Amino acid sequence: MTGTSYRSPESIEEAVDLLAASSGTVDILAGGTDLIIQMQGSIGDQRLIINVKHISEMMQATLTDDALLLGPAMCCAELTSRADIKQWFPGLIESAYLIGSSQVQGRASVGGNLCNASPAADTIPALIALGAVCHIVGPSGERSVNAEDFVTGVSSNCMADNELLRCIQIARPEPNTADAYLRFIPRSEMDIAVAGAAVSVTVNDGVCTSARVAIGAVATTALLVPAAAAALVGSDLGEDALDAAAAASTLAAKPITDRRGTVEFRKHIVGVLTKRAAGIAAARARGN
Amino acid sequence: MKTHVTTDINDEAVEFLCEPQHTLLHVLRNELGLTGTKEGCGSGDCGACSVTVNGRLVCACLVLAVEADGAKIGTIEGVANRDSLHIIQEKYLEHAALQCGICTPGLIVSTQALLEENPNPTEQEARYFLAGNLCRCTGYDKIIRAVMDAAQCLRQGA
Repeated sequence: MTGTSYRSPESIEEAVDLLAASSGTVDILAGGTDLIIQMQGSIGDQRLIINVKHISEMMQATLTDDALLLGPAMCCAELTSRADIKQWFPGLIESAYLIGSSQVQGRASVGGNLCNASPAADTIPALIALGAVCHIVGPSGERSVNAEDFVTGVSSNCMADNELLRCIQIARPEPNTADAYLRFIPRSEMDIAVAGAAVSVTVNDGVCTSARVAIGAVATTALLVPAAAAALVGSDLGEDALDAAAAASTLAAKPITDRRGTVEFRKHIVGVLTKRAAGIAAARARGN
Repeated sequence: MKTHVTTDINDEAVEFLCEPQHTLLHVLRNELGLTGTKEGCGSGDCGACSVTVNGRLVCACLVLAVEADGAKIGTIEGVANRDSLHIIQEKYLEHAALQCGICTPGLIVSTQALLEENPNPTEQEARYFLAGNLCRCTGYDKIIRAVMDAAQCLRQGA
């Protein structure tokens, strides 16, 4: 006998009530591509699974006059097919398109990627570079957390057990602004990042007026790298500025050596990725 | 605690009872006798259990059976039209795009999903889309030839 039960609320309020009323282990089921594998090793536990995919706002993405309101449970296959979102945030779409296979993208979501909090998650650096804000709801109301503060460690995030990520908000890009995401893997697809870099830049009259740089898979959490952004702002985004940003990312990285890469390699490659992603973002921001 | 699920599989109404932690793959194979969907890795890496849920290609091992409630499921058993094979299946046979056959149902379901989304894929697009379906026999070349041939036939309405 197992103690697993399953609920499928149709509103945020209903989901929050379920979370508040539960005493044992509660798992939020979005795409399930991490959760269902984790569950296989723990049959017999008392567990409540709350499927949030029947909550319409969790599954939708809306572009308003000033922001993208992304339902955290929308699957990556649907997100990457949205030309309107890609036009605003090509780097975010690139990061979602790199997660697993077509089949995995048919289930996996950006919100799930964020909450699962893998150090190698592809969408998290992209969200950080875009200045995404995470709206969290719980029994005592709502609060907002910046994407760079959401993940607190390997597989841990800032939410309490009775809280739910209800929306990821990303401000509409300023004119002449674009983002890009690159990762390194040893094969051509279906792998986990050895290192990743996301860059967003604004270019006015040939000068970078604003930038954000985030790196992934080179520390316990994805990192915002203000020093790399500072190397870009005020520059013409030429070779020297990109090299300085790369050096700042290399310096900020605190990777480990594992079977996918060594500390030395990861520190080097995250700089290379920063430089290249900045170059791509700059070209997009200039409109070419 | 068993849950009652009402669903639609290959355009037929189906009801079953399942434990909340059971996967759709488990129920398809062990409760409903739909064994065309294969279990390879059971962790979403190999694509042998590819099915569609509400038209979206997924791995049945990464879907809970309870999630099928109210959904439309498509499996390999729904690809052929009663007595005649689907053109994708014919092309897999014609190009000898299978050896042991374990990956084949998943590949055919994925090929159908690919060609519905993109009727005229480049070889690179086809290879990228099907990268989640592992085949340890063929080396993929014959599979890709079958996919490209099927795509052309479907475009021509053959």
